[in-house]
Amino acid sequence: MDPHLLEQLNGERRARRAAVLVTDLSDGAARLIREGETVSGPLGEVVARAFRTGNSGLTEAEEGSFFINAHLPQPRLMLIGAVHISQALAPMARVAGYPVEIVDPRTAFATEDRFPDVLLDPRWPEEVLAERPLDAYTALAAVTHDPKIDDFAVKAALDSGCFYVGALGSRKTHAARVDRLKNIGATADQLDRIAAPIGLDIGAANPAEIAVAVLAQVIAAFRARSNAAKAGEKTA
Amino acid sequence: MQDITHLDEARDPLLIAERWRHDGKAVAVATVVETWGSAPRPTGSHLVIDADGNFHGSVSGGCVEGAVISEAAEVIETGQPRMLEFGVADETAWRVGLSCGGRIRVYVERLG
Repeated sequence: MDPHLLEQLNGERRARRAAVLVTDLSDGAARLIREGETVSGPLGEVVARAFRTGNSGLTEAEEGSFFINAHLPQPRLMLIGAVHISQALAPMARVAGYPVEIVDPRTAFATEDRFPDVLLDPRWPEEVLAERPLDAYTALAAVTHDPKIDDFAVKAALDSGCFYVGALGSRKTHAARVDRLKNIGATADQLDRIAAPIGLDIGAANPAEIAVAVLAQVIAAFRARSNAAKAGEKTA
Repeated sequence: MQDITHLDEARDPLLIAERWRHDGKAVAVATVVETWGSAPRPTGSHLVIDADGNFHGSVSGGCVEGAVISEAAEVIETGQPRMLEFGVADETAWRVGLSCGGRIRVYVERLG
């Protein structure tokens, strides 16, 4: 393996960007494909599938035998708001394979006592996201009900291409939010991506049930991201 | 609370391989390229080995690491990559095997 290639691969992995390493097993020659780059020929489909599914494996092509190693970042869920819903959602999401971080500047809410075993940051989203930016492998759910805390995070999630952006509030609350987000530069396409009212419509009647509805919606969005890529390949 | 969404600089095998290389060490990278049955580590898992036999990561639950490490010494010396195959001990020429009954293929290559 070429040491420079390893450095480049590690660079992508450190930056939480997906990359696929294709190794020719006849001679060990390898190439790195970054997310968004395409590969021509039959190998192209295999590489696209690796980006979609995150699965690695051997593949036989006319040119020989190749090992396709998919390096996908760990998907995660960022919750804006250390509220009752978050108390139920954090452990559920972790079990489902989505590690959680909770951001809430209201220190009365963001206490270790209320959130044992959860990454908790009691600062404003502005500060936290400057330090740890959002990305395409992050889902963001804003659940404080407070525009001063939620709005910036929602806009940042839309700008970063988070695979899921959800915001708590009634249709009326959301209409007002849409107006505010427009004023800070959100486009119509971006606004359409916000899941609001938040969560799948399962008639959730309490915080724990809302948490289930949100988690199901996050999972659906992550898997739909796969389906969208699949549909794109077919039409391309 | 540990943040598992970012890479663990102290334990990630590929980050360690890069660091070893920077320190001037000779390094081999072993990768699980295929599994059959109940294999303990998924395809794509890495074990990295230096010329002194230090290693990080895993390609099995500890069943075949010893054999991979000794093969890696030769790969480091010759620069020729190798494909190793491990199954249950009885069925293969290898003295070591996977007690779980699965089979794996491991590709071992030198870094640089």
